[in-house]
Amino acid sequence: MSTADKSKAKAGLFSKENRKLLSDPFNMQNPVTVQVLGICSSLAITVKLQPAIVMGVSVLAVTAFSNLITSLLRNLIPNRIRIIVQLVVVAALVIVVDQILKAYVYDVSKQLSVFVGLIITNCILMGRIEAFALGNTPWKSFLDGIGNGAGYAAVLIVIAFIRELLGSGQLYGYQVIPTDWYINPETGAGFYSNNGMMLLPPMALIVVAVIIWVQRGKFKDLIEK
Amino acid sequence: MLKFDPMDINSNKYTYIFSIVMVVIVAAMLSYAAISLKPAQDANIELEKKQEILSSINVIVTREEAGEAFDKYIKSSLVIRNGEVVENPTKPAFEIDMATAAALPSAEREVPLFVANVDGKEFYIIPMRGKGLWGPVWGNLSLEKDGNTVFGASFGHKGETPGLGAEISTALFSGQFVGKKIMDQGNFVSIAVIKAKPSTDHEVQGISGGTITSVGVESMLKDCLAPYVGYLKTLGQAAPTAAPVMDTVNVEVSSL
Repeated sequence: MSTADKSKAKAGLFSKENRKLLSDPFNMQNPVTVQVLGICSSLAITVKLQPAIVMGVSVLAVTAFSNLITSLLRNLIPNRIRIIVQLVVVAALVIVVDQILKAYVYDVSKQLSVFVGLIITNCILMGRIEAFALGNTPWKSFLDGIGNGAGYAAVLIVIAFIRELLGSGQLYGYQVIPTDWYINPETGAGFYSNNGMMLLPPMALIVVAVIIWVQRGKFKDLIEK
Repeated sequence: MLKFDPMDINSNKYTYIFSIVMVVIVAAMLSYAAISLKPAQDANIELEKKQEILSSINVIVTREEAGEAFDKYIKSSLVIRNGEVVENPTKPAFEIDMATAAALPSAEREVPLFVANVDGKEFYIIPMRGKGLWGPVWGNLSLEKDGNTVFGASFGHKGETPGLGAEISTALFSGQFVGKKIMDQGNFVSIAVIKAKPSTDHEVQGISGGTITSVGVESMLKDCLAPYVGYLKTLGQAAPTAAPVMDTVNVEVSSL
């Protein structure tokens, strides 16, 4: 291959169209706030930042590789059992991720507990495989998977940031609200207390709703007619 | 890439072959992943068990240091059955699986008791296992030499809700057990996990939003301490501590 061909192939890998696959899911095609997929887990594991980040990365790995594998197989999969095949691919990847977390980041895997297994049922995965990977080339599907996984992770991190900060006064487990701000029941000093509501699932839903509201307020195209 | 014409791909024969090949390949891959990661996972679990046992006597170590610290502080281990020491247990104390043991009727269980020695003081550590909201919860309770006063406690869980039931594993919850008593005037009463502020030596406050987990912890305490009562009483006879008569004891019947 000549150098000209190489540079052309390289430009092709991250062409404008392919970059769009990566960037769109962050805003105009966000899986959580626009497509409203994967809401369940974004409510469940966003109480603290650390599990949210690990969950985001796990989902990213699964979306990227399930898209890649399905796209590689797309001309071989019998149409009638394609959903089953997709499920098998996703389930196998999720089990591998779960096993790896248990072996190497044991503490976080304990915190995430059942929700790693529940990645299988995350609608983003099936949605992207069915809508994208079955009809596109492996590289594009891989990028689409990374983009959507990252878009999901980004929303999770924003929600977890707000909930951990307001609910526990911490970020990533570190105290950020000065401890002398807290109301001291004995001396009566201080003026602040954590909002316990933030730790409960309903507040996650409300935070998601606020994010959707802000996003649609800013990008009028997203508003349904 | 292999090319099949659409008729081929959608034929029954192809579908069957495809499914069989796919399942075999996936099964082989997953078995390989599970087997090759198993030693690392088992090591984590064993060290975690040691770490949890140690944390109930306020020896806080990282998981990596747990193996060494366990050998240093845990002087001996006994197997207890219905309040008496078993001379020839079927399994050594550390290898007893509490999940299996706790499933048996209280009187038939062979359960481990670890004897720790920290700076010359002796403590008795009782492992426990019960049910939370989503799955098993477990813990270790350490008692002082009188077999009655709680020296420390630690709790763990498989899948309680992060931020709610999962909070039982924090020091904020387990720290409440220090100084509580499991016997009242020589009778076993356990420790209740209640919603209000605790007012006696036999109560601690539960987790708000984690009620079912809290109730699970309470049932676990009652259920798992019971087999030891006979043995603990023999310890207590050396130094009996009279509890105030005023104490009202909150004992709820286990719902499990």
